[in-house]
Amino acid sequence: MPKLHGRRIVSALITARGLAVTHGQTRVLHNVNFSIMRGEIVTIVGPNGSGKSSLLRALIGATPISAGTLTRARSLRIGYVPQSLALDPTLPLTVRRFLDLPQRIRDNDAIQALETAGCSTQASKQMTDLSGGQMQRVMLARALLSTPDLLILDEATQGLDQPGAASFYQRIEDVRAETGCAVLMVSHDLHVVMAASDRVICLNGHICCEGHPEQVASAPEYRALFGTGTQGALALYRHAHDHDHSHDHEAAE
Amino acid sequence: MNALLDDFLTRSVLAGLGVALAAGPLGSFVVWRRMAYFGDATAHAAILGVALALAFDLSVFIGALVASFAMALAVSALTSRARAADTTLGVLSHGALAVGLVAVSLTPGVRVDVSAFLFGDILVVQASDLGLIWGGAGLVLVLLWWRWQALLTATVSPELAQAAGINPRREQLVITLALALTVAVAIKVVGVLLIAALLIIPAAAARPFADTPERMAVLATIGGMVSVLVGIGAAWQFDLQAGPAIACAAATLFALSTFSRGVRRSD
Repeated sequence: MPKLHGRRIVSALITARGLAVTHGQTRVLHNVNFSIMRGEIVTIVGPNGSGKSSLLRALIGATPISAGTLTRARSLRIGYVPQSLALDPTLPLTVRRFLDLPQRIRDNDAIQALETAGCSTQASKQMTDLSGGQMQRVMLARALLSTPDLLILDEATQGLDQPGAASFYQRIEDVRAETGCAVLMVSHDLHVVMAASDRVICLNGHICCEGHPEQVASAPEYRALFGTGTQGALALYRHAHDHDHSHDHEAAE
Repeated sequence: MNALLDDFLTRSVLAGLGVALAAGPLGSFVVWRRMAYFGDATAHAAILGVALALAFDLSVFIGALVASFAMALAVSALTSRARAADTTLGVLSHGALAVGLVAVSLTPGVRVDVSAFLFGDILVVQASDLGLIWGGAGLVLVLLWWRWQALLTATVSPELAQAAGINPRREQLVITLALALTVAVAIKVVGVLLIAALLIIPAAAARPFADTPERMAVLATIGGMVSVLVGIGAAWQFDLQAGPAIACAAATLFALSTFSRGVRRSD
């Protein structure tokens, strides 16, 4: 497969059709149609328990799907940044050694990846000694080392303060600009994320609505889930003047 | 007479070192993946395998290997790493041990000394046993060497492994197989009750002095080997059972390691 670095080449990296995920008796996701193109930044928003993480896990193959189809581009390289790492304290692991997973890499590449992710001074530290923000950056550096076609971030800024989260997303945008990789992320930081995204997907067991950030922010389905107050305040600011009574048909799932 | 003594001492030392060689890196994984109880259950199942092997006149090694592997697979299937399935493991572990002991005593014909299987009988290791022990230990090392990077990735995070195209369940199977092999070769050396000791204690003792997984595995191997030498030496000197003596040596090593770490910390 030829290496394509163009931003706007129309070839889906991952396509899901009618995807469903069940955990035991609980239906977590149903009838999800999803695809992401090269170079695209897509954000998934949704309330707690809406299946955001399950969708990501299904896309990387960590959760079996109970219905539908999942097609990945051939030799697709995924860089995955999980919410957090539950590292056992009995496992000695320096940042440098962590970057060597799953493949050993050259020192130069490691230094460069740490610089790109903004944590170049951490190489010899133990992973368990890192702060939340440092850990996220190191995991981003590791994900970048596989030169991914698709970077997947699962609430990667959880536990970061607002400036920290903002600078983390700035890194992500820079990375996309540099490498042309697609980015798929789940986030609670609506205001920051929505500004940075090409497309937003509003999820609540199924896809409620999707489109450009501004379209989604003004969609009734989105307002039903997030309201126009507190959380979505900044993202919705420019729409606040023309909002009517908020819809309260809370998705009855 | 002297030559003979030397010979059986040499054989037991070689047998112990062979087991320690495999137990170092494997034990590190057992510790990192919190499989201490899992290792216990696997080892305890071996006694049932021994009973069946005696009843059907098969090789004890094969019997132990099959029973351990079956138990490890059963436990893998019934529990997941995410959930600490304490009770399931407890039931299976002690159930297997009890059934195994009953089965051994019901085995018709030859009267067997059960304690040889419970605590090991390293001083009667034969040349043919040595071949099995080193063959099995070598196989474990090759297996771990081959899968090292994938195993480590899956241990750090199953999701990271999955995203990189590594199947964490397959890596779990590799650990399971290595564990069953180690149990089978270690029965003669430390016995089913103390195999977990040889897996876990040297690895735990190595932890404070390691900054990478590889260093910990190497240090655990060295610690295990030292424990074997000291244990067999003490057993020979003071007429002790070798298995418990080896485990005692390992525990002493762990105590020293913890103590010296504490001293270094307080400096």
